[in-house]
Amino acid sequence: MIHQFSLNGYHITLDVGSGSVHVTDQVSAEAIRLMETLPAEQALEQLKRHCNGADVTELTLRETLRQIEQMKEEGVLYVPDPSLEKNSSVQKSSQIVKALCLHVAHTCNLTCSYCFAAQGKYQGEHALMPFSVGKQALDFLVAHSGSRYNLEVDFFGGEPLMNWEVVKQLVAYGRELEKIHHKHFRFTLTTNGVLLNDEIMDFCNKEMHNVVLSLDGRKEVHDRFRLDPMGRGSYDKVVPKFQRFVEKRQGKGYYIRGTYTHHNPDFFQDILHMADLGFTELSMEPVVAPEGDPAALTDEDMPIVWEQYELLAKELIKRHREGNPLTFYHYMLDLENGPCLHKRIAGCGCGTEYMAVTPWGALYPCHQFVGDQDASLGDVYQGIKNTELQKDFEQCTLFSHPECADCWAKYFCSGGCAANNFHASGTLNGVYRRGCDLFHKRMECALMVQAAIADENEG
Amino acid sequence: MKIKTLKTRNMQESLKDGGCGECQTSCQSACKTSVANQPCEN
Repeated sequence: MIHQFSLNGYHITLDVGSGSVHVTDQVSAEAIRLMETLPAEQALEQLKRHCNGADVTELTLRETLRQIEQMKEEGVLYVPDPSLEKNSSVQKSSQIVKALCLHVAHTCNLTCSYCFAAQGKYQGEHALMPFSVGKQALDFLVAHSGSRYNLEVDFFGGEPLMNWEVVKQLVAYGRELEKIHHKHFRFTLTTNGVLLNDEIMDFCNKEMHNVVLSLDGRKEVHDRFRLDPMGRGSYDKVVPKFQRFVEKRQGKGYYIRGTYTHHNPDFFQDILHMADLGFTELSMEPVVAPEGDPAALTDEDMPIVWEQYELLAKELIKRHREGNPLTFYHYMLDLENGPCLHKRIAGCGCGTEYMAVTPWGALYPCHQFVGDQDASLGDVYQGIKNTELQKDFEQCTLFSHPECADCWAKYFCSGGCAANNFHASGTLNGVYRRGCDLFHKRMECALMVQAAIADENEG
Repeated sequence: MKIKTLKTRNMQESLKDGGCGECQTSCQSACKTSVANQPCEN
């Protein structure tokens, strides 16, 4: 299978089976399309008709077709889909756990109405995770990590800084476990920034592999949803703190992470605003909201959204050229050193190697399933009790989504987000169609950015 | 006429040298809502 598209003057062919990316002129793109299904002589005849009137000799066309045949022999074009062989060697295991999302606070000091966590409470009670529960969670993680060296713990909520002392205690405990068990913890933190101070920043800069800082962009956009309990916007409070935090991080990992909604489908302007504030590592995500919710994106919003992704791609290329680069999370594609096929088939690992832990120690497949009692897997004391449900997640791979079989982007998205799929279709093996559309657009833009940067590096 | 192939990790080959599981869980890294972005750590 191949996927061809043209964007920003680039004609790009993705060979789905091998992952190879080819940048061509328009005639070569047509030749690749024809050669997928036709013998060379028939392809040549059709190509000549296609070029009618253009200044291209038959000899040149024959050379192009020969090059395409050579690419096929080299295994970079028309490669059979590896999923057709079902790759029985690639299996998810529920025996290994390597990542936990610790819900250290089911409470929040903001009241963002679009929050999938329902203002941090996840449809339940306000709660803070006691150290004893977090300690047991880390013990559970190490005990089930097998030979994995890299272990991940994200401090999440709600607002995790509302339980800061426990966060610090858990990091210290994790560092003790590292020495005993020869493991490496990558701690990360997701925060709205309200409680940030120098002590917290310095601790995070020493201990947190990555921090995710919630900012929606322009002041009027951010303050539409991100309000304190008194109804006051939080922009003026958090922006100076984020700027100081990022400056103090001195290059360590961070993301400014925004949410765009029906009220700002022109989110490119918000990304530019983030850049104007001095931030360079950016992530901007569509709101997770049920259809009909005032914040939910509508069909009418989508043409504007597609345009924003293209504008953003062009902006990234421009800034790269100027030596002033921006990083956009969804355009980060490491073609040379990207994930292996095992990972592309297994997906994010939710419900098996990745789980969320509530303040009471209950285990859920991921943070987006917390609050759904039917999705509870067990707890950190007794382990997995709902083995039937875990088996469903174990069997949820790229192959288990019938609608993904013919999709060109499947080895980049791995079947998509299980929570989004479940909430949209009622089943883990369904798909969230709008999520697919967004992913396709982002991938085409990301591939185009790669083509442009390769051009720059050559030129 | 031109066809330029960008240097990419061959997916078929990655079946042989991949699968170690040491790479970062994708959903932990930035957006938490919606695998290509994760570099290999093997």
